[in-house]
Amino acid sequence: MYRYDQHDQQLVDARVAEFRDQTRRYLDGSLPADEFRHLRLRNGLYIQRFAPMLRISIPYGLLSSQQMRMLAHIARKYDKGYGHFTTRQNIQFNWPKLEEVPDILADLATVQMHAIQTSGNCIRNITSDPFAGAAADELVDPRPYCELTRQWATFHPEFNWLPRKFKIAFSSSTKDRAATRVHDIGIHIVRNAAGELGYEVYVGGGLGRTPIIGLKIRDFLPEPDLLSYCEAILRVYNLLGRRDNMYKARIKILVKEMGLPAFAEKVEAEWATIKDGPLKLKDGDLERMKAQFSQFELDPSAAKDQSYAQKLSEDSAFAAWTRRNLKDHRVPGHKLVFLSLKARGVAPGDVSAEQMDAIADLADRYAFGELRATHDQNLVFTDVRQQDLYPLWQALSALGLATPNIGLLTDVICCPGLDFCSLSNASSIAVAEEIFDRFEDLDYQHDIGSIKLNMSGCMNGCGHHSVGHIGILGVDKKGEEWYQITLGGSSGNDASLGDRTGPSVERAHIADAIQNIVETYLQQRLSEEEGFLACYRRVGMPPFKTRLYAEEAA
Amino acid sequence: MSPLLSKDGTILTDLYPLLPDDQPVPAEGRSVLVPLSRFTEIGRYSGIGLSLPNTTDVLKLPSSVLQLPLLALDFPSFGDGRAYSQARWLSGRLGYRGELRARGQAVVLDQLEMLRSCGFSQFELRNDQNLQACADKLAHPTAVSRRRFPSLA
Repeated sequence: MYRYDQHDQQLVDARVAEFRDQTRRYLDGSLPADEFRHLRLRNGLYIQRFAPMLRISIPYGLLSSQQMRMLAHIARKYDKGYGHFTTRQNIQFNWPKLEEVPDILADLATVQMHAIQTSGNCIRNITSDPFAGAAADELVDPRPYCELTRQWATFHPEFNWLPRKFKIAFSSSTKDRAATRVHDIGIHIVRNAAGELGYEVYVGGGLGRTPIIGLKIRDFLPEPDLLSYCEAILRVYNLLGRRDNMYKARIKILVKEMGLPAFAEKVEAEWATIKDGPLKLKDGDLERMKAQFSQFELDPSAAKDQSYAQKLSEDSAFAAWTRRNLKDHRVPGHKLVFLSLKARGVAPGDVSAEQMDAIADLADRYAFGELRATHDQNLVFTDVRQQDLYPLWQALSALGLATPNIGLLTDVICCPGLDFCSLSNASSIAVAEEIFDRFEDLDYQHDIGSIKLNMSGCMNGCGHHSVGHIGILGVDKKGEEWYQITLGGSSGNDASLGDRTGPSVERAHIADAIQNIVETYLQQRLSEEEGFLACYRRVGMPPFKTRLYAEEAA
Repeated sequence: MSPLLSKDGTILTDLYPLLPDDQPVPAEGRSVLVPLSRFTEIGRYSGIGLSLPNTTDVLKLPSSVLQLPLLALDFPSFGDGRAYSQARWLSGRLGYRGELRARGQAVVLDQLEMLRSCGFSQFELRNDQNLQACADKLAHPTAVSRRRFPSLA
């Protein structure tokens, strides 16, 4: 965990006091409703279909067991006993009372948490690889860089009133697990030919109504220049980004309209004037930041354990879980463990207060008291010894958190949809459930293999449908819910946007449509080794389209 | 007339009232604030403040503008933050050392600290603002004003 110093705590406490005052002024009528809207959004508070929704920040997805217990407390005391993990590694509560939000924020501040800049036209929560610090394919731990950036962005006085929201993501591994190419700024920590650390910088990516894959603005930015370069990008955007139409206000539209070379020229010119100023990182800045993260010693003898191999041979259900829900750790004898939040009958990403408390206990027992939220709405324990995997699996099974479906078809990314969100056209959660029922048979799912199914209830794209291997988008057709399907999207290193299959399908046929797509893939693939995305990229749309619309034509 | 505050919350007398459109720019004696569109009417008289729209590229202003005693930047709506970056350029990169005044819809209690952090030195409060609360806010900065990464170059 990053541990707050006095300055961090003062900042969060000051915001609680300020927000309490803003709420009071709104309620007594001295703060206009539209201005309170701007101010409360900058504190993560939306007014939704039925009640306010409060989005709490989880910087780069990292949570302590103590913080998880506080979330359980908030779920019980102020909400209906559960919370919803989002695609930006945050958590949302859907039923708080407006008047009680200052108290919730005060409770959060006691465990070094807040809701600062989780919404509004400002720099949002910095996201990163949920495996940071533990991944086998990692160059360096990206979290100290994320934390520096978080501190730079928090209450940045110049960038709190941008044309539109602004999202920054970091990746430091061979495999991009942070969807960096669909962020306003995507940063890859890299080493150059001379062996120096630095950054490959992407700009202008984003989902929503006009999904665009980010373009590389810099091959290599030296390590000390992280913040000054971000500042230069933000300044150019703040001055030149469109403000006449909120759907054209993201930086992706500015980059597209100016063209990358012209945009980059402005950024580089600005950067040249500030790069040697106060934002330049000094020797020791990153070291100090690293030292503020809690360190723990992994067990060097963990790999000598024999019990894991024995349990694998004895218990096939355990073995099935290990095949899907574990990932390799950089230290032998340890594993990264996924807690699946995609169980039958549960909205993707939802966790009850009881589960939160139990997860916190398990984190204390087996995972150094830490856990991560992932951008595909699951949780991860990053540092579990192999000898602890069997009892952990048993405990997770009892909690309904051991569905062995990570990366499979039922591991759906999904927005809250029509049931909660005032923007949505369609019930994404109900459709996710229907798909769960249809594909629940795990043998069938394993046969299909790794596949990303992403679903959004409207074109704002909170469910990242554009970058799903299969994407589903809820659309409104004369008051009825219809679904537009896309194929071939990806948010990984090979990021791409999905192609539309054709006309949208009605609610009653959506599960059939997904099944037709999956069956077409199974027929078309060269072997089990050829995944859905590779197969689609090879054969293209025609066979899928033919199958999908065959019945309508008949 | 809108109340005017200094950066430490002192109530100021406005020495640069906005010149009505139908009046000529004075040649001497009286100091006024005029819009950029009337810049050519300014002679050599130095008692002029200039008001800039938030679409002005301040890097392209003639150097004589940077010699004026007061520049005013505009916030046409509560959520339009372009003038924050203009202020940063003026007070930072361009080294402007005169008074930098914030005017318009965003000059409210909840934005004063951030305005000051970006280099503004005078605040022409929106008319509906509680003067005492605003003066107190500037006189007693919160932690929000003390950032670890100084933004101001």
